[in-house]
Order: sequence, then C-alpha cells, then structure tokens
Amino acid sequence: MRDTAIRTFDLRKSYGGKLAVRGLTLEVGRGEVFGFLGPNGAGKSTSMKMLLGLVAPTGGTAYVLGRPIGDVEARRRVGFLPEHFRFHDWLTGEEFLRLHGRLYGMRGDRLAKRAAELLEVTGLAGHGRKRLKDYSKGMLQRIGLAQALLNEPDLVLLDEPTSGLDPVGRMLVRDIVRTERRRGATVFLNSHLLSEVEITCDRVAFIKHGEVLEVRALGDFRAGESAVEARVIGLSAEALAGLRRWTGSVRLEGEKLTLEALNEECLPEVVAYLVASGARVYSFQPRQLSLEELFLRIVGSDGGL
Amino acid sequence: MSAVRVIAALTCKEAVRRRVLQAAAGLGVAFLVLYAIGLHFVLGTIPAGVLRQPLLRREGLTVLTLMGLYAVNWLCMVMTILVSVDTIAGEVNSGVIQAVVTKPLRRWEVIAGKWAGFGAMLSGYIFFMAGGLLLLVRLLGGQTPPHVPQAIGLMWLESMLLLAVTFRAGASLSTLAAGVVVFGAHIFAFLGGWVEEFGSLAHSQTAVNIGILASVFMPSEVLWRRAAFGLQGPIVGAFGRGPFNVGSVPSDAMVVYAAAYMTAALALAIRRFSRRDL
Repeated sequence: MRDTAIRTFDLRKSYGGKLAVRGLTLEVGRGEVFGFLGPNGAGKSTSMKMLLGLVAPTGGTAYVLGRPIGDVEARRRVGFLPEHFRFHDWLTGEEFLRLHGRLYGMRGDRLAKRAAELLEVTGLAGHGRKRLKDYSKGMLQRIGLAQALLNEPDLVLLDEPTSGLDPVGRMLVRDIVRTERRRGATVFLNSHLLSEVEITCDRVAFIKHGEVLEVRALGDFRAGESAVEARVIGLSAEALAGLRRWTGSVRLEGEKLTLEALNEECLPEVVAYLVASGARVYSFQPRQLSLEELFLRIVGSDGGL
Repeated sequence: MSAVRVIAALTCKEAVRRRVLQAAAGLGVAFLVLYAIGLHFVLGTIPAGVLRQPLLRREGLTVLTLMGLYAVNWLCMVMTILVSVDTIAGEVNSGVIQAVVTKPLRRWEVIAGKWAGFGAMLSGYIFFMAGGLLLLVRLLGGQTPPHVPQAIGLMWLESMLLLAVTFRAGASLSTLAAGVVVFGAHIFAFLGGWVEEFGSLAHSQTAVNIGILASVFMPSEVLWRRAAFGLQGPIVGAFGRGPFNVGSVPSDAMVVYAAAYMTAALALAIRRFSRRDL
C-alpha cells in the first residue's frame, strides 16, 4: 500500500436506490499521472468526491496515500481542484491563496513565498490584488490550480482542469502536471479533453455506469487497435468489399480510404491486394488508434446522461 | 482550533467585504438617531406635572424604553437570520465549500468557525444597539431600567439561539427554505407568546399552556419576554398592560431550556453537516 496513492475496492455510491458508482476497483501508483475517463454521468466526479471525503460511500473501501478516505492527515498531503472552481469571489487572488494556505496549516514567510511563487507559475503574478469576482473563467481556473498546489501535495486531484482554459492555459496545465510528476507527485486527472489526457497521462481508466471497464497504459496498444488512412484512386466496389476479409471497418470517402481495427501484421497483404485489384495507391499511412477512438471503442458511442 | 480561527476570521471579513456589517451598522445608527429624536420630542410634549410624578414618569419612560428595545430585539433577530442563512446552504449549493472542506480540517471546525464569526459580530451588534438605546434613555430621560445586564444577556441568547437554528436549517435545506423555516418558527413562537399573554389576561390556563407549548417548540420569543419582564420592574409590571409589557412571566427553567435548545441545535447542525454529501 506504501507505493499506492489511491486504492479502492468495490467502492459504491447510491442515491435513493440509483447507483452512481457501482463497484469501483482501482489502483493508482505513486508518481503516476492517471486519467479517469468516462461519459457524462459515468460516476467520475462522484468517485473523486468519495476519494476526498466530500461524499460518503455506500459500500466498499478506499485508501488515499495509505489512509482511509476522509482522513484529515491524508488531506494534508492532497491538493484538489473542484470541477466548477467556485471560490470566495470577494477575496483577492493573494488573499484567497493565503486563506487556503492557512487551512493547510501554513503560516508566515513560507506561505507568502509559496503564494507568490504559484501566482507566478500560473501566470497571475500581476493579478494577485484583484478580486476573484473580476477574474475571467480561465483566471479562476488558474488560481484554483494554484490553491491545489499550495501544500506541495503528494497527490493532486484535478477535476476537469482545462475546461475553462484557452490553448495557452491548457499548455500551462500540461506544464504544471509534468512539473508535479517530476516532483514525484501523483496526479489524478478527470477530464473530457481526451487530447489533453493523451498528452499528459501515463495510464487511464475508462469508466461507465460507475464501473471500471478497463485500465491501460497509454501507448499500450493491442492487436487490432491500429488503423490505416490511404489515398486510393480507382478502387472498385468489389475490391472495396474484398477488404472486409481483414477488417469490418472499411470507409471510402472520395479518395480517402480508412481501415480500422487492423492487425499490424496484415498491412503488407492489404497493400498488395489494393495494387493487385488495379487501384492506384498514392499514400498508405498506418497509425494507432487515438485515445478518442479507443474511448469510443471501450466505452461505446451511446454518450452520457 | 486553528481552522476555527481561520474560518471565523473569514466570516467576519466576508461581512465587511460584502458591506453587510456596514449596512447593519448604518441602519442601527439611523435607528438610534430616530429613537433619540422621537424620545426628545415625546419627553418635550409631556406636561411638566406628569414628569414630576415619579411613578408616571417611570412608567412612561419604561414603556418608551421597552418599545425601543422591542424594536432593537426584532432588528437583531432579523439580522441574525438574514446574515447567516446563506452561509452554509449557499456555500454548499454554489460548491464554494468543496475547496474548503477538502483541506486538512474537520467539518465541525467549519461550523464552529462560522458560529464564532457570526456570534462575535452579532454580540457586538446587540451590545451596541441595546447599550446605545439605554444610554439615550439615560441621557435624555435620566433613567436606567432595572436588570439591564440580564436583559441584554437574554437578548443575546435569543440571537445565538436563532443563529444555531439557522445553522441547523442551513445544514439540510436551501437558503430560501432555511430562511422560511427559521422565520416561520420564530413567528410561531411570537404568536405563541401573545396567546400566552392573552391567556394570562383572560385567566385562561389552556391558552397559557398553548403559549408555553409554542415556546417549547421554539424558545426564542420567550427570551425577549423574560428580558422585558426584568426591564419593566415590579411597579410597571403590576399596573401596566400594553404591547411591550409582560404579564405571563417565562420561568427560569424556560431560559435554561432555551440555552439547551441552542446547544442542541448547534450540535445537530454539526452532525448534519458532517454527514452530508457535498
């Protein structure tokens, strides 16, 4: 358990008979950047709230940094950015960070130095004396990130950290996540922006209806998870149909031929087949499935609630 | 206890930043000025002969004092509910509380901190308003009613009781629903007090008992009536019958009950908030 930042076993939450999380079993190692993915209503935020002690589980067990969830000592080493980043908006940015620092038990010079440092890191150095009510959505998200990092946490839980940010802000979040990983912190990331997750995470869990469908390392692509995009002219209907012997997912849009779920070993055969059928092949680009395609494959395309 | 201090300071700072404290102080000063002007002119219109008769003078000034304190008590009661009703329900509803309670503190510390912050501000307000009014009566009328410390203490207890009940309601309900419940309960107690008073006048024990039952349900108004009883003194109490006099005197046991009620309401607020999903 010492090397585990988060460990849950059969964690459940129901609201009046309706199951929001039904048996979440998960293990996140120390120092990992872990993505938590799923459609709306999959139970991601509820799970995160259970880990933080905001919501009491109906059943199951969970440990955060080796301590039972809700433990005050564990929270001393945890940072959290809530999804909707609502804060006391009558405070200035500096006051806000000082308040949350004091709640972490920080005082004096250490707190002042850390607050100034985080204002700098999050690009808010010139806005510390402005009230939060005058902050833009992106600035609020940045100051929220800063308060989550005040205590140099061992575990950072970020709920949709890039939802209000422009591309520059997203890059900033990526940099912060990388810095935290280098520092040795574990980052648990709940995000809808799969491209962000793809860039920043080591492993991801796909959840749906409050259950983990699959956990895998990014880059760990399995057989049948590569695709090909080709530019082909003169492909006959018969030849197109013939491609189905390798994969059921064949699409031809103009000159663009897309073949999904192919085994890498069969690629030379496919090229030979296309050429033999009389088609002219101008490009043949194998690639692995994007996280989005993987998400749709594992979670399905029926969407969230 | 450190987190309690931080939350208490935050509560006071919020009241200042949102100009709640300034508005309440401004309203309070305006009220005291109005009362001073009113008292000055009322005293000026009373025939000199009447003013020279000690009993009539005492009765007149006592009624005017009770009238002023009655308004102060209502003002403090309304302030107590209005300023505190949103503090738990609003922060839960908006999600502001999430970033706070995920820090290394216990949830009871959040409630205790808010209680301490509001308690300190409301205590100051009650002492400022009641003390200011009594000072005006002293300066303009030359009279101080009896049992002033007890009366102010009882008004303070009423405010703290309402604060605890507001916290308890806010720990479960939305801001609006909590406000409706607490105001409703206090109005219920207020009406119960009048039923008890009329019952006492009409020598109807049943009506008196109904009034007492209402006070058992919500022992807020009963504290004002006990305070007013002490302030009116034995002579005015024996002869006077008006909207600000008290005929049916709430017992010591009822005051103790009110204090216990306040403690229980606060404990239940903490218990509910500690178990609530946020």
